[in-house]
Amino acid sequence: MDFATFLVQCLNAVQYGLLLFLVASGLTLIFGIMGVINLAHGSFYMLGAYLAFGLAPLFGQQFLTMLTVGVLLSALFGFVLEWAFFSYLYQREHLQQVLMTYALILVFEEARSLVVGNDVHGVQAPQWLAGSFALGGLMAYPWYRVFASVACLVVALALYWVVNRTRLGMMIRAGASNRDMVRGLGVDIRMLYRVVFAGGVALAALAGMIAAPLSSVYPGMGGSVLIICFVVVVIGGIGSISGALVASLLVGFVDTFGKVFFAELSGIGVYLLMAVILVWRPEGLMKRGY
Amino acid sequence: MRLIPRVTALAAVLCCAAAAHGQATAPIKVGLMLPYSGTYAGLGNAIENGFKLYVNEHGGKLAGREIQYFKVDDESEPSKATDNVNKLIKRDNVDVLVGTVHSGVALAMAKAAKDNNTLLIVPNAGADAVTGPMCGPNIVRSSFSNWQPGYAMGVVAGQKGVKRAMTITWNYAAGAESVKGFAEGLEKSGGKVAKDLNLPFPNVEFQALLTEIAAQKPDAVYAFFAGGGAVKFVKDYAAAGLNKTIPLYGPGFLTDGTLEAQGAAAQGMLTTLHYADNLETPRNEAFRKSYALTYKANADVYAVQGYDAAQILNAGLVAAKGDLAKRDVITAAMRKVTVDSPRGKFTISAAGNPVQDIYLREVKGINNEYRSVAVKALADPARGCKL
Repeated sequence: MDFATFLVQCLNAVQYGLLLFLVASGLTLIFGIMGVINLAHGSFYMLGAYLAFGLAPLFGQQFLTMLTVGVLLSALFGFVLEWAFFSYLYQREHLQQVLMTYALILVFEEARSLVVGNDVHGVQAPQWLAGSFALGGLMAYPWYRVFASVACLVVALALYWVVNRTRLGMMIRAGASNRDMVRGLGVDIRMLYRVVFAGGVALAALAGMIAAPLSSVYPGMGGSVLIICFVVVVIGGIGSISGALVASLLVGFVDTFGKVFFAELSGIGVYLLMAVILVWRPEGLMKRGY
Repeated sequence: MRLIPRVTALAAVLCCAAAAHGQATAPIKVGLMLPYSGTYAGLGNAIENGFKLYVNEHGGKLAGREIQYFKVDDESEPSKATDNVNKLIKRDNVDVLVGTVHSGVALAMAKAAKDNNTLLIVPNAGADAVTGPMCGPNIVRSSFSNWQPGYAMGVVAGQKGVKRAMTITWNYAAGAESVKGFAEGLEKSGGKVAKDLNLPFPNVEFQALLTEIAAQKPDAVYAFFAGGGAVKFVKDYAAAGLNKTIPLYGPGFLTDGTLEAQGAAAQGMLTTLHYADNLETPRNEAFRKSYALTYKANADVYAVQGYDAAQILNAGLVAAKGDLAKRDVITAAMRKVTVDSPRGKFTISAAGNPVQDIYLREVKGINNEYRSVAVKALADPARGCKL
């Protein structure tokens, strides 16, 4: 592999890692801070992708407006979902959480099948992002991929700012390390959870919407994302935003270069990474809440 | 209380009479084990529709015997396959099994069909093993083997001057079989596969491997993907600009049923399959018209495979004059038949797989348009079959 190819592969790795981060950050918020094992997280990703498919014709070239509307709708959806189902789960065992969120996967898949059907659909990238640029004579690189990476970076920075620099973030961090103490200090922890959950759903849906023009939308698309997201969350440290970022990038690199150099074993590379890191640091790379 | 023995006796007489009567005219029990839920539900329905269309064209009877259907949703779930197929064989006592789409499930069905000596017609699943190591006199396939379209595409690629090709697929049996077929066809016509790329199923993060392709610059790429993965691969390939310099070939599954989602990225792509969207033969047009009238939907390759499954069964039953006891006559006739299929006439190999023309098709709009016959009367090598 020459140097130019190596650089392109690094770009691929970073880009994949950033998109992973967007989905996994929502999961780490919900899993780490609220302590709910949310298997339905992949479904929120799928929901976002289908939202993009449904909303794209309505908004035409107004892609950013569409993303905003989609995020608001999915946050609202998350808010209601937390109120209706998840708020009953905090005191329950993990097994019951797994059962209910798994049931939600089935419900979402069936609803998707009834509403949109089982066909594969494409989503057009907006005109102003449709082109591509040459990458050192090797291949073309679509602008949309650059846009996706930038969007993921912006979200990462915004998340960092919210969690580390705002009052809400302070409560979230406090809730992650000791929820009883936070409640004792008079914070409405139920509302806090509801907001965090809505935010987590919105992040997954945003990832789905951004990924939709890249990957098309199809049944079961949430399932494959879910597993790799759990890997990211476990590597990064449960409940840690910056851990999720580092872990996503690590997974991106291992996956990309694993496919190139060890094609036969590429399926296990990521899990090997997880095993090694868990032996080295059973808690994951970072502490929760940061 | 003397009444009861009498009633019993009467009932017994009636039962015997009914049974004797039933010997001649009891319906033939056909067990449809197909996916009716999940990703492949549409394929399962098309196959069932195609099968029933042929039966209904013959007044709901094959060889003068009524057909009674038993349905099981296999969910494309190999782990439930043995239980599901036993529902049909043991509980419903079906005479013939028809199924299925998913190769893993089909292999379990083939095993059960062999163990119980039940007739099995496979209307889609392409696993080479069904008519390879798993073959049996009671097992026939009405569709294709994964090897067939791959081999035909390899031959075509070689004829187009491809010397050095790369292949890419998911790391699973169907992909490996298809890619192997391509490599054999390409070698036959003067080229060689330089490198096989693969990624775990159902991973759709292709960018790293596309970069690898760009760096290696082969003469052509052969890809085997299906469903959402196929759409994403074709789009990513075009977005990377590779379609302008390195032609992308594949079996028909790369483009069938998903062209609307692939859009501009797929235009002009060449694929091979045993069916095409505009085969302008009277047989095909009559079939499509009849299908559209009955089901208010367009027929596809899966409907054709279901229809032909019924034709093959009919050939066997007609030879035995509808008498299921003449098993040897039925299985022999199902091998000897020349099926007048909407796809074109085909025969059945000793191993039970269609010996059929594989077409070269080109993507135009949302159709896979017929271009030429890639390989005439192509037979699967049926490796490992001792028939």
